[in-house]
Amino acid sequence: MSKRTHISTTVNGDPVEFLSDPGVTLLDALRDELQLTGAKEGCGSGDCGACSVMLDGRLVCSCLVLAVEAEDRRIETIEGMAQGGELHPLQQKFLEHAALQCGFCTPGLLVASKALLDQNPDPTETEVRYWLAGNLCRCTGYDKIIRAVMDAAAELRQARRVA
Amino acid sequence: MLQLDYVAPTTADEAVRALGGGQAKVLAGGTDLLVQMRSGRVRPQRIVDLKRIPGLIGVREEAGGFVIGAATPGAVLGEHKALVKAWPGVVEAANLIGSTQVQGRASIAGNLCNASPAADSVPAIIAARAVAVVIGAKGRREVPVEAIAVAPGKTSLAPDEFVLEIRLPARPARAGDAYLRSIPRTEMDIAVVGAGVNLILNPDGGVAEAHVALGAVAPTALLVPEAGAAIIGSKLDEAALERLDAAARAACRPISDKRGTADYRIKIAGVLARRAAKIAYQRASEA
Ligand SMILES: Cc1cc2nc3c(=O)[nH]c(=O)nc-3n(C[C@H](O)[C@H](O)[C@H](O)COP(=O)(O)OP(=O)(O)OC[C@H]3O[C@@H](n4cnc5c(N)ncnc54)[C@H](O)[C@@H]3O)c2cc1C
Ligand code: FES
Ligand code: FES
Repeated sequence: MSKRTHISTTVNGDPVEFLSDPGVTLLDALRDELQLTGAKEGCGSGDCGACSVMLDGRLVCSCLVLAVEAEDRRIETIEGMAQGGELHPLQQKFLEHAALQCGFCTPGLLVASKALLDQNPDPTETEVRYWLAGNLCRCTGYDKIIRAVMDAAAELRQARRVA
Repeated sequence: MLQLDYVAPTTADEAVRALGGGQAKVLAGGTDLLVQMRSGRVRPQRIVDLKRIPGLIGVREEAGGFVIGAATPGAVLGEHKALVKAWPGVVEAANLIGSTQVQGRASIAGNLCNASPAADSVPAIIAARAVAVVIGAKGRREVPVEAIAVAPGKTSLAPDEFVLEIRLPARPARAGDAYLRSIPRTEMDIAVVGAGVNLILNPDGGVAEAHVALGAVAPTALLVPEAGAAIIGSKLDEAALERLDAAARAACRPISDKRGTADYRIKIAGVLARRAAKIAYQRASEA
């Protein structure tokens, strides 16, 4: 048995501490130690994107990060996306466009889409499709997802102009 | 889950010491290593994470060239404007690796040291004449990147050695590079063939220097000097491209697998070498 490591990190702006075995992935730590079960395990091998989170401002697959790597880092998950009970425009647009069926891929797609819009507020459809190529969905056929992201981008641009 | 020991040294020397004496594995982005650990293909007793060593993540310009820290993710390369301008082929090859998520972690040095024959960035950095700075218990050495992989999954590194940085040489005027790969889909797949070409032109537009490297057509990525020699002095006219194509095909020793037969790979290697050469030539003419 290897010893458990004490990890201090920041998740969705809050300092958190937990114990982890060195071989445990960040995905498992989020789900099992911190009860943040939004990120899902679809494949465990970096192919599906259902486990997407932000690590120090970069989109990553949390199934391919060790929990011990999170020491002193900044993690953002789907749980931090709605603000004070108000859905993020992406979440709202996913609902309006019926961009989900079983919903398993949705947290990952939302986190990945937000990462795109935060750095590129006006992406082309092609840019959205390439950006999301690492997020697999078995249900929707992707079209509604792409439309929801484009629509959310338009709304966010509008909101920015008004503000 | 896996039972093992994790260390995150903050100096290269500490990392070398941590690698000595045991079944240790270096961790950069983990996009190969963690997949392999999960499948049980590798079972290290210790993980040595390089990312807390200063300089291991980032790109710096030095003497006109570029020094890429060994754990620098692809996304960081794509955001480095001067690097993209000087070495567009290297950056496009690195940015072909996986998805946006994978780009947030995957490094060129990891791509190189994983020693897959199909690794996308490797033909591009070989064509670029990149050098890997290797550090170990016996000190530092500089190795041309084509000498790192020796067989699928095997490198020439000693157990206590690791790649500290990848160095790309200074760029003269009229220089350009390009990388192309063939995959069955547009994203997220493993190269059936990859081709990297790096050219330097004379003021009259003739090819002064040419380096061609191929991936996925032999147990390791290949530098193909004959293919470079085939276009020296030319302006990439049809006859020169035909010589390049033939030299590239002649160097291939591929296997047949579900992605492509050996014959197909040989044919495509010639085609991609031509196309990458044309793009590199165009870029060099504009540089
Ligand atoms: C979904 C997905 C898609 C992918 N698509 C592609 C693709 O299109 N093209 C492609 O080429 N690859 C692809 N890969 C493979 C992988 O992402 C790349 O090989 C990547 O560049 C590995 O870099 P890393 O930093 O993640 O390496 P790691 O996983 O950290 O390390 C890889 C190996 O190299 C060793 N190593 C790492 N750094 C060093 C160092 N500095 N010195 C010595 N040894 C070192 C490690 O011990 C390990 O054995 C894909 C992987 C995934 C999960
Ligand atoms: S669970 Fe991480 S990419 Fe599929
Ligand atoms: S909604 Fe079911 S996987 Fe996407």
